[in-house]
Amino acid sequence: MTDNHTDVYIESPERRYLEAWHMYKGNKAAVLGLGMWVMIILVALFGPFIYPVDPFELVGAPMTAPDSEYLFGTDYLGRDVLAGIIHGARVTLIIGFSATLCTVIIGVIIGVLAGYYGRWVDNLLMRITEFFQVLPALLLAMVMVTLFSPSILTLIFAIGVVSWTAVARLTRAEFLKIKEQEYIMAERAIGAGNLRIIWRVILPNALPPLIVATALTIGVAILFEAAISFMGLGDPNMYSWGYMIGSSRDYIWDTWWAVTFPGMAIFFTVLSISLIGDGLNDAFNPKLRLR
Amino acid sequence: MGILLAVARKILYSLLLLVAVIILNFLLIHIAPGDPVDTLVGDMGGATPELVAKIRAEYGLDKTLLEQLTSYIGKVAKGNLGNSYTFNEPVTQIILHRLPATVLLVVSALVIALFFGTLLGVMAAQKPDSMFSHFVTVFSLTSFSAPVFWTGIMLLILFSYYIPIFPSFGMSTAGLEAPLTVRVFDILKHLFLPAVTLASIYLAGYSRIARASMMDVLGSDYIRTARAKGLSTHIVVYKHGLKNALLPVITLAGLQLSQIVAGAVVVETVFSWPGIGSIAFKSILRRDYPLLLGILFFSTVIVVIANLITDLTYRILDPRIK
Repeated sequence: MTDNHTDVYIESPERRYLEAWHMYKGNKAAVLGLGMWVMIILVALFGPFIYPVDPFELVGAPMTAPDSEYLFGTDYLGRDVLAGIIHGARVTLIIGFSATLCTVIIGVIIGVLAGYYGRWVDNLLMRITEFFQVLPALLLAMVMVTLFSPSILTLIFAIGVVSWTAVARLTRAEFLKIKEQEYIMAERAIGAGNLRIIWRVILPNALPPLIVATALTIGVAILFEAAISFMGLGDPNMYSWGYMIGSSRDYIWDTWWAVTFPGMAIFFTVLSISLIGDGLNDAFNPKLRLR
Repeated sequence: MGILLAVARKILYSLLLLVAVIILNFLLIHIAPGDPVDTLVGDMGGATPELVAKIRAEYGLDKTLLEQLTSYIGKVAKGNLGNSYTFNEPVTQIILHRLPATVLLVVSALVIALFFGTLLGVMAAQKPDSMFSHFVTVFSLTSFSAPVFWTGIMLLILFSYYIPIFPSFGMSTAGLEAPLTVRVFDILKHLFLPAVTLASIYLAGYSRIARASMMDVLGSDYIRTARAKGLSTHIVVYKHGLKNALLPVITLAGLQLSQIVAGAVVVETVFSWPGIGSIAFKSILRRDYPLLLGILFFSTVIVVIANLITDLTYRILDPRIK
């Protein structure tokens, strides 16, 4: 067990990631997920230039079924569903990434403090973590967005505040495992400070599982944003996929296309990042896969 | 005796969690921008000075924060969560009236997800490289990735509109005068789509965990011994294996309970299920903060109680835990 970890430390990080990438490349589902993810990013970056239709604008007759002019039809007001999907990709990715960043920062700080310092710090922080796990995260996020009035910032902040527990637990577990290793004691013996040990020594070694967790967190954050916007709590200036479904909710019998396509967009986005997360997990833990 | 003590400690801990939720509610009211009175009155528009003064006195906003907090905890402990502006009724009364519907939905979804999730996982684990096993993996990934409100709407369009088997909203047919059995069947028919929708997200996770833990268990020594004794595969898998493979599934279910309750809020909104979730949507729309915070409080109560039950179930399934 101990030897194993010493190996990991001695092995250069570059090589470790290179090996993981070789594993990843061999995984068809994971490569498919990555391809889809790149495509979604391209749509978010360049789509609005290639298809310059304002999603808020009433461009055609209301409730037009998908045809050659409006590929995905128009909604009950006459807004172009395709334009909404293209513009929505930006909103989804911006909120997905920023909320995940927020989640990971909170989670890592709490996990590091609990795992590294242990004792009462650990005790206190873990009780707080358990408390947050009991709270219905999505509902709490909705309450927060309602109280602080909906905007992109409150949305990001609310999603971050409710979803850090998994990252914190994972970071804590990794730190507990790594801090007992011999090379950490060696660092201490040569006089390395806490900050250096945490930041330069333990964190890089704890990174692979954190990368996997981050990928999965992006998926969860995107689903949260979609649900919050569906409930009518998104940023009113942003055209998001969840908002599209929510606003067409009363017209699902008449305009199935206005709810089906945005939902498929969310579905494929989350699916692609889940495939990536799964692939990364297998790539970093090749032994688990052989079981 | 030891067990009683452990249970008592667990109950005490649950009570502490509830106090923490009350404090969180209190903090949310006070952290929100603007005067707490504005927060409590919300956007109901044109609050009269008398009303503002009444709320100020009711919440003791002229006292110190700590005094306010203790009196707030005391009030909630007595079941007083304030008045809803939308319904003009005490929040507790509105929620208690609707709680059974939510509990029915959550429990049904949980039973469906646990039963079918475990079944799929266990079946997949017996032949890890079969088509079926791969199908379970793909299915669990896809059902996790679909937003739950969208799954619900798709099921509605399919099975309530194009193939009209199931009703599209509510919990029972209005004004149905029929014998009990017919009415129960009527509720089941209304329950089916929302419960399946809510179950769909969690089924995925359970089947993955069940598959992994069953594969672990099937590779262990005592299963080999059971097989060597000449027991049939059926008995080995379902009697010896399942019991042990279930533990991680129950752990996960316990951990995810709060997410299921939150998911119920969204699912109830889609299906107009008359529980506390569907009024959450209304209270958000009308900025009815007392009601909204009450819903947050009561859904946490559900989670805490359910966690307690999970914990006790775990003790029964695994006698090693003291």
